[in-house]
Amino acid sequence: MGTRRKQPAALRVVGKAIRKVDATAKVTGVTRFADDLFLPRMLYAKLLRSPHPHARITGIDISQARALPGVKAVLTGRDLPIPFGILPVSQDEHALALDKVRFVGDPVAGVAAASEEIATAALDLIEVRYESLRPITDAEDAIAHPEPRIHDYGDGGNLHKLVNLEFGDVAEGFAAADLVREDLLFFEGSTHLPMEQHAAVADWSPLPDGKLTLWSSTQTPHYVHRALAKVLELAPAKIRVVATPNGGGFGGKSDPFSHEIVVAKLAMLTGRPVKITLTREEVFYCHRGRHPTLMWVKTGVKKDGAITAMHFKSLLDGGGYGSYGVASTYYTGALQTVTYHVPRYKFQGARAFTNKPPCGPKRGHGTPQPRFALEVQLDKIAEQLGMDPAELRLKHLVPANSLTANWLKIGSMGLGECIRKVVDGSGWKEKFRKLPPGQGIGLACSSYITGAGLPIYWNPLPHSGVQLKCDRGGGVTVFCGSTEIGQGSDSILAVLAAEVLGLDPFDIAVVTGDTDLTPVDLGSYSSRVTLMTGNACIQAAERARDVIASHAARKLDLPVERLAFADRRVFDVADPAHGLAFAEAVQLAEAAEGTIGTVGSYTPAPSPGKYRGAGVGPSPAYSYSACVARVDVDPASGIVRVPRVWIAHDVGRSINAATVMGQIEGSVYMGLGEALMEEMAYRGNRNVVHKIPSLLEYKSPTTLEMCDIVTYVVEDPDPNGPFGAKECGQGPLLPLPPAVANAVYDAVGVRIDEVPITPEKVFKALRRKEKGEEPRFGPTQFPDIAWPEPTRVAPPWEGGDGRAVEAGQGRSMADEPARARRR
Amino acid sequence: MLRLPSFTYLQPSTLAEAVRMKADAGPEGSYVAGGTDLYPNMKRRQQEPRVVVSLMGIRELRGCEMRDAGCLVGPCITLTDLCTHPTIRQHYDTVAHAAELVSTPLLRNMGTLGGNLCLDTRCNYYDQTYEWRKAIDFCMKKDGHICWVAPSSPRCWAVSSSDVAPVMVALGAEFRLVGPNGERVVPAARLYANDGINYLTKQPDEILAAVRLPATDGWDATYHKLRRRGSFDFPVLGVAVWLRWDGRYVAAARVVLGGVGSRPQEVAEAGAALTGTDLSDESIGAAAEAAYRPAKPLDNTDFDLSWRKQMTRVYVKAALDELRARRR
Repeated sequence: MGTRRKQPAALRVVGKAIRKVDATAKVTGVTRFADDLFLPRMLYAKLLRSPHPHARITGIDISQARALPGVKAVLTGRDLPIPFGILPVSQDEHALALDKVRFVGDPVAGVAAASEEIATAALDLIEVRYESLRPITDAEDAIAHPEPRIHDYGDGGNLHKLVNLEFGDVAEGFAAADLVREDLLFFEGSTHLPMEQHAAVADWSPLPDGKLTLWSSTQTPHYVHRALAKVLELAPAKIRVVATPNGGGFGGKSDPFSHEIVVAKLAMLTGRPVKITLTREEVFYCHRGRHPTLMWVKTGVKKDGAITAMHFKSLLDGGGYGSYGVASTYYTGALQTVTYHVPRYKFQGARAFTNKPPCGPKRGHGTPQPRFALEVQLDKIAEQLGMDPAELRLKHLVPANSLTANWLKIGSMGLGECIRKVVDGSGWKEKFRKLPPGQGIGLACSSYITGAGLPIYWNPLPHSGVQLKCDRGGGVTVFCGSTEIGQGSDSILAVLAAEVLGLDPFDIAVVTGDTDLTPVDLGSYSSRVTLMTGNACIQAAERARDVIASHAARKLDLPVERLAFADRRVFDVADPAHGLAFAEAVQLAEAAEGTIGTVGSYTPAPSPGKYRGAGVGPSPAYSYSACVARVDVDPASGIVRVPRVWIAHDVGRSINAATVMGQIEGSVYMGLGEALMEEMAYRGNRNVVHKIPSLLEYKSPTTLEMCDIVTYVVEDPDPNGPFGAKECGQGPLLPLPPAVANAVYDAVGVRIDEVPITPEKVFKALRRKEKGEEPRFGPTQFPDIAWPEPTRVAPPWEGGDGRAVEAGQGRSMADEPARARRR
Repeated sequence: MLRLPSFTYLQPSTLAEAVRMKADAGPEGSYVAGGTDLYPNMKRRQQEPRVVVSLMGIRELRGCEMRDAGCLVGPCITLTDLCTHPTIRQHYDTVAHAAELVSTPLLRNMGTLGGNLCLDTRCNYYDQTYEWRKAIDFCMKKDGHICWVAPSSPRCWAVSSSDVAPVMVALGAEFRLVGPNGERVVPAARLYANDGINYLTKQPDEILAAVRLPATDGWDATYHKLRRRGSFDFPVLGVAVWLRWDGRYVAAARVVLGGVGSRPQEVAEAGAALTGTDLSDESIGAAAEAAYRPAKPLDNTDFDLSWRKQMTRVYVKAALDELRARRR
């Protein structure tokens, strides 16, 4: 085996800013997205969606629609009765509602027709009889109204999931504190808003072949593959899922979706290819976005800011289905411990079912909400202690290579360097509490996982696999199940293979996201792709290098250790002129051994936490970010503008410096939108319709609202990352909302304890301040919830072994091993 | 994706031909200029014309020139051309400014002055797809019987959302209308009615054939727009102010609000509060207060309605501060 980790000076490609391998195709319009696919004899599908937020279906008549000329097939729930869902514990979705609808927009019937116009016309001819049920409008409403139940499973009434975890005696920790603060905060739901609307095309080769092919803009072809096999009752070998390049994902294309299953079934029924392209409104109904989350946090600190204990409660509005919700719930409590040392920690989380589009994973998955709460509260604590908030944070950082109270294993930890970068760069010390009225500056930090340590369904298999093929002409092809969603994952594979084999990234052909052609990668979620596919790719490339090197060494009459791979050559490190072309070396190896192909795979190391619920939070590595935001607040209107943000991100090591910068800037953009304006708003009193399901009225910043960004890339290499790399696609979003909220306080002295920080809220808080009332806008109470008995786990420094003191244990991300039927 | 329903598209080259085509089509006909308002509405089945008569091929609807101490503008001029036109920039900067604030550059390249002046009133119970509207059992503006913004109201409260219309009313522009029974000229204010459904006094077959801007001596004007973002968004409040100066004093003033009712709403009390003053702080405060009182935003646009009402004061004051600063 070759040496795994080279010295930075030896890196030729890694860390440089290079053009993405798919960039030219994207900017010249050559990339074929799912909606660009046209197959001969193709039909078009549309979905009839529920106009009711909560109702029983008492009858469906499709006869008129079926009779419309041009209509080739009409499906209802009875045609696809097997439930599915992304998590094994939440198999609560049907491709088409079976007997009940759970939100306005829930799919009820599917039509395939010769044109989209005909399919649309057919929808109006389908008669559905509904019996209305009382809708559950939000999480508080779900607690107040256990009946009627939206689902007949969960943790009672309309509560989907309740979590109660305690790591050490927090009461004792609070008693030891000099200051204890309790704060209530709310984080509004928001959606991903990818530019590309979801689309899928299905093709069926008739029996006896019986093979289904689905092209879809999905982030998780492997999970779609599994869902199709289950619902359509086909052997996995009879299904090929191809993930088309995603025009943005952000977590919104990570679930198996109704429309994917429906076009597959329609293709099987009609024997013709079937395409569906969702409207923008339908994308709002697919949703799976940020959970609206109400939070209560109690933190005790010593006079120097050292945290003695933290108790965190979250209440998530989950929408109509489970989706990733169980994991999301755990995530609202998992990462509080990875930035500043928290010796005692208690987390109680609840997710409610409500009659709205389901929430799920959006960039940061479940962690931006608690991060907002924590970082705003720390700002208040620093003020009460008379400390600089940057100093307070710097004093109590979690050490590198340590365990947290909830048994997460921290590797490299560059947060201190990140804080110093933004503090110096922004002139923090000259500005904090010193700017003229209306101008403010605020600081916040964050951390995020570099890949979930556990798969979504329990299995002992690798999370990512790579096959690598060397061509005798000198080219190399990398095959990997990963999915390019614009984040640059195809380029990562090319760069890493090129680095190891001494080639140019553009010599590497990359084949990804195709269940027939590529080994499994679990998907583009949880910021796992660079680390996991990267390690798998390096392993495969190193194995190929070793094979090639052994034959090149013989030819050059050198020991293998003397060989270097660079500039498309294999040569003597002591005498670079003495060598072979890479292609020649491949030919020598191929002549001797036959076709040169290698494999690599990656499985994260087991995590130390062994208690039930320990499946969410572990990661091979944690990224860190620090952010300073400058704001201008107009006291007459409450309008907040953010002219500039300084952000530092500990990425471990940049693989492609250009895409690292792009991911950080993109995260800042998305975080800014959530901080200032984005909102999944519903009209609770009008049938719980989505208030504004359009790109025009769902407000997301334009380039005019976008701030200037000063970015600092901090490289604190992590031993688990490929060449030390950690994630950068999600973490940098997290500090934006709290940094803006803290800056608003610095500017005008009012606390906005909820996002988005809209002018109305600032205006109201300013009014309260004028009247001498509490200068704050935010939630005022956390509802009573009947929590289950806590799972008690002793922290590592209190003699724990990672297991619960009593209570049960579970290991998978979704609580319990999958009992997925395999056919 | 959302599809346009099928329709017949006609391209007349004269006004007379257009009027005849529209009359032939009857209630199923509609005029279209840039189409940036009509076509999205058709995709959502808010309007369902079977015959669409394009005005874009009619040469006389496209000019822009100074004439008789005023300016005559053809309504089919695109908003991009309008806001970059040298004559408009030089003499009617407020018109150019308001036009430049409409939507996005791409939509201004297609959208026209006439289209913005005749813009369908907007409401977030109405500007939704057919399927969405079905989920609330529709509203009285299309396919239903109730106004969801004010369920006990006999009328529709959809909002006038044009940026240019309040400016035209404030300036005292005039509109030439051509229809089957000849032509007429109306003051800008008279084109609009305070009803979300029948928001124009123009007969369906009449064409807005010309916009006449007043002579340019001795007055000043400005337009301030409140919206969430610096582009794309319709106004949730527009404040157009026109002043005629007489030396140091205001001889006459008009304050017109957009985005708060179904038509551009002139607040006569605000204008009166300014007349005879030198735009002192007190008079500006009085005008802002006068504008605040009748402004009656409802919960059918972006932003919280009480805040929008509060902002009337702030925006009227800002507009007047700007005019005062320019004078001094």
